[in-house]
Amino acid sequence: MNKALGTGMKNTQWFLPSTPSFPCSWDRSCQCNSSSCLKVPIFCLVKIVDILEQFLREGGLSALMWEVCQQQAQAASPELQETLLNKVVCLPDHLSNKLQGENLPIFLPQNYFPLLGTEIIQVLQRISDSLRGGLDCSISFVSQVLGKVCVHGRRKEILSTLVPCLTDLTKSDCIWQRMCWRLVECVPDRWMEAVVCGFVQTAPGADVLSRLLGNLVVKNKKAQFVVTQKLLLLQYSCPTAMLQNLLGYLALDNSRRFLLLKVLQELMETWASSSAVKHSPVEQQLYISKAILICLSHLKDVEIDSHRQELFTCMMEGMKCHLDSNLPRIRCLGMIVAESISSRINTDGPILKFQYEEDDETRELKSLLTQMLSPPSVISPLDEGRKDSPSAVTEAELKPGRKPLAAACAVSEEGSDSELDSDDDFIPYDMSADKELKKTKAPLYIRDCIEVLTGPEDMDKWEATMRVLETLIQRNTAATQEVSVELAKVLLHLEEKTYIDDFVELRQKALVTVTITDPIPVAQYLTSQFYSMNYSLRQRMDILDVLALAAQELSRPKAPGKNKPSSIQTPCIQILPGSDSSKDWRKIVDERIKSKTRRFAKGQSQVELVCAPNKFSSVAGHFFFPLIQNFDRPLVTFDLLGDDHFVLGRLAHTLAILLYFAVNTVVAAAMGKALLEFVWALRFHTDSYVRQGLLSCISSTLLSVPSDRLLEDVTEELVETQAWLADVAEKDPDGDCRRLALQNLLLMENLKKKLETAPS
Amino acid sequence: MIAAMALPPPDPEFVLRGTAAPVHTLHFSCRGQEPEFPILFSGSANGLVQIWNLKTHRVDKTMDGHGGKSVYWVETIHGRDGLLSQGRDQKICLWDLAEGRNVVTDSISVDSVGFCRCSLLKVAQDRWLIAMPANDPDEVQVLELPSKTSVCTLKPEAGAKLGMPMCLKLWQPGFGACPFLMAGYEDGSVILWNLSMGKMLSRLACHQEPVMSLDFDSEKAKGVSGSSEKVLSVWSLDEQQNLKVHKTHELINSGISDVTIRQDRKILATAGWDYHIRIFGWKKVKPLAVLDYHTATVHCVAFSDHSRPSERLLAAGSNDQRISIWSLYNQT
Repeated sequence: MNKALGTGMKNTQWFLPSTPSFPCSWDRSCQCNSSSCLKVPIFCLVKIVDILEQFLREGGLSALMWEVCQQQAQAASPELQETLLNKVVCLPDHLSNKLQGENLPIFLPQNYFPLLGTEIIQVLQRISDSLRGGLDCSISFVSQVLGKVCVHGRRKEILSTLVPCLTDLTKSDCIWQRMCWRLVECVPDRWMEAVVCGFVQTAPGADVLSRLLGNLVVKNKKAQFVVTQKLLLLQYSCPTAMLQNLLGYLALDNSRRFLLLKVLQELMETWASSSAVKHSPVEQQLYISKAILICLSHLKDVEIDSHRQELFTCMMEGMKCHLDSNLPRIRCLGMIVAESISSRINTDGPILKFQYEEDDETRELKSLLTQMLSPPSVISPLDEGRKDSPSAVTEAELKPGRKPLAAACAVSEEGSDSELDSDDDFIPYDMSADKELKKTKAPLYIRDCIEVLTGPEDMDKWEATMRVLETLIQRNTAATQEVSVELAKVLLHLEEKTYIDDFVELRQKALVTVTITDPIPVAQYLTSQFYSMNYSLRQRMDILDVLALAAQELSRPKAPGKNKPSSIQTPCIQILPGSDSSKDWRKIVDERIKSKTRRFAKGQSQVELVCAPNKFSSVAGHFFFPLIQNFDRPLVTFDLLGDDHFVLGRLAHTLAILLYFAVNTVVAAAMGKALLEFVWALRFHTDSYVRQGLLSCISSTLLSVPSDRLLEDVTEELVETQAWLADVAEKDPDGDCRRLALQNLLLMENLKKKLETAPS
Repeated sequence: MIAAMALPPPDPEFVLRGTAAPVHTLHFSCRGQEPEFPILFSGSANGLVQIWNLKTHRVDKTMDGHGGKSVYWVETIHGRDGLLSQGRDQKICLWDLAEGRNVVTDSISVDSVGFCRCSLLKVAQDRWLIAMPANDPDEVQVLELPSKTSVCTLKPEAGAKLGMPMCLKLWQPGFGACPFLMAGYEDGSVILWNLSMGKMLSRLACHQEPVMSLDFDSEKAKGVSGSSEKVLSVWSLDEQQNLKVHKTHELINSGISDVTIRQDRKILATAGWDYHIRIFGWKKVKPLAVLDYHTATVHCVAFSDHSRPSERLLAAGSNDQRISIWSLYNQT
């Protein structure tokens, strides 16, 4: 090592006569950095640093690199080059190690690397001059510097100066273009990835990227791998603009278009693979969807024609596995992508059309498809600012121009009444109560209600009955108890005969109220129906919702004598720890529940002001055990462990809720034990929504079952569960699952602490 | 946005109970000087005319002059010393109320059996015109009071097929000028009659169904009519005496039994078959409020003639036998 350094030093002296200060400083810096055993006196160090600073300020780096480039054209010692490369790239590290707190600003990476960037431009300038002069020159040393800097994680600093300059210089000069391509091509394979990523990231547009990289992806295998595989399929962190750059770059030149098609094919395969949909995080699926849409926007009609069948097959497959998913966001992604593909491949036939809620994400995705290739204009960062401002100005000018006109129209219209505008002084009252008048009379007795609901169709009467049912049940507890199960049966099978705004809500409220009025028989009926044949999934989920809501109502302390569930109360537990991913049904239910729901943030629920016995405690078992019993016995029409995993997820959530509301009851311990077994049986379920439900189950077990009972009865299960939780917290692909698992671990930790502090 | 911020509609100021029958007509008399108190006349289905004291909210007097047949129009004459009431017994009674009396001093018999309310217009000191349905089902007769001499009979041309007159409104462009009559007919048209010539000036078919009620603002030459349909129709009269539709306002429920513009021409109220009273700004017919109190069809609405604007009231009489009194948009 020392020997190599020695020759290096000698050579340096030899080939740099023009910069007299350099040899000394280089020599010293090498010494002081590489051999720490050599103690340099402090004044000497200061001197060296001064010289080095001067060297940098005077453009020494470009001179150095230029020298090496010239040499390379002849044969040069690879060792020397290696050392120089190392020193140039690692200078800031060496100096900050040596100088610690007294480092000079110029040696800080955020200053040094931009400087290095401008120096590289200098060198390239010289090379271009010499090429024009007919002299041969090698660029590979500069490429190596660039590659090494990039791989050292300083690509942002160096490329932020390099790319804008190169963008400008390559605009109309083909020698510069060639040099730039060469610069990237000569980067050694092991550093190629960092450089290519850097360029893709920094280039302001696809056309610029195309100018800077040339046909690199065709020539260089490594670059091709990075662009077509790594950036698209193996990671998902790039922002959308970068994706657009990348795919636009592939689309811009005919010699690269085959890669675009290849990429699209691979993306579509991933998109259509049910295992990818199940196991990869939502963010990655979003990323892939974006990439597909951008690809589609670049495809020409001819290309689509030749790949129509493939696209169609992939679309059908992908649509199926996306729509199967329990996560609304993934379903939505599937719908948008499928819609987009179908709109591209069916030019004249009918196209797919789904119903989904528009939000920012869907709008962004759709806009990707309609975005055409940006016109081949050069937008350097400087120009961009300029380009924006005039358009903003014109818009600002236009808008007020329109308004006065409209105002003038309005005035001329109303001008005939040239009085003071007295109408507007009157502020309207709320007129939302102004609804269509219903003439039919609602029934007054519960039995009449059953008759109307099951009887011949009289739509008005039927609607009036639906609206009045809840209050009738509440008013007439005894009468309801006589027919409770019959009524529950009617309501469960009730279909919306005519459109009512809030039919689902009315029916649910009525069912919940019946369940509260006569908990045991109705709960028995409902839980038995959950596992019987010939129900739709919707009905089964309705049963779960009703049971959860009824449990909540029952467990809520009420003022004595007041039977009516008050919807004004807003105490707080969030039973289903909020996850963004499964908004759809949960949003509906949650919002409905929200006004009545308590939420637990961490640990205990808040102290209620009113104290009353928990009515749920005596009936909790009737709600819980029949539900948990049969989950592993598939029916002909209903297979919880198979296709109907969405219901299984709901079941898990519901069980968690039931146990949560059974807090402080005798039966809670038994319920907790059963629930832990349930969780254990299902812990490796592939569906993330089910896993979320299971994690909620564990949360409610930890919160509801008294800690001493937990330790006595289910110690082993707890230990096992803890191991599983740790595993989930670390490895689960779903972010919500990881978060929930972490929360559970925290709860366990608290439990442990509590036991430790408690006197035993 | 506005609905989210808007205030809930107000409750009635007070409610008058005790008519013991559906209330068909209301008329305020509040201009009296102290110590006189504001009063409200009501006519109901049991043939009684009642005088309500608006200070005590009690009935001051109950007058029976129509033999138990429904009273559907009352209006004061001679300040509050005289009262005209029209009943289903085909009679218009003139009451003397001065000095605490309440006796029928005169009556006009009406041959029509329709529902058309009369209209009264003061044309000079102690001289009034009254328009009422005439013998022939499609005719309107105008009499002079107190002489009861016929001024004219307004008969549509043969083949006009208007049906019966349903509502009448006498008006004159200025005091002493030639009076006109606006009449709404069974076929849904509104007609402007010139009384001095007895001639139809303009006809506007603004409804598909019979016109139940109309009111006319002679200052703005603009009127409003309601029918059994779901629309409120606003029409205007141009300089050539032609009626044309100005605007129609779609309602949620069908049926308007009465419509009245407040004396200051700022708001108008409608009585709805859907139990609601609706308030609109008169200028642009902008909906302002839907008053929900009654539990049956509202038959009539009336604005009080208080001289102080802040005291102004709105009364509504309904089939549920109650009279609701409201205080709305009284700031000047």
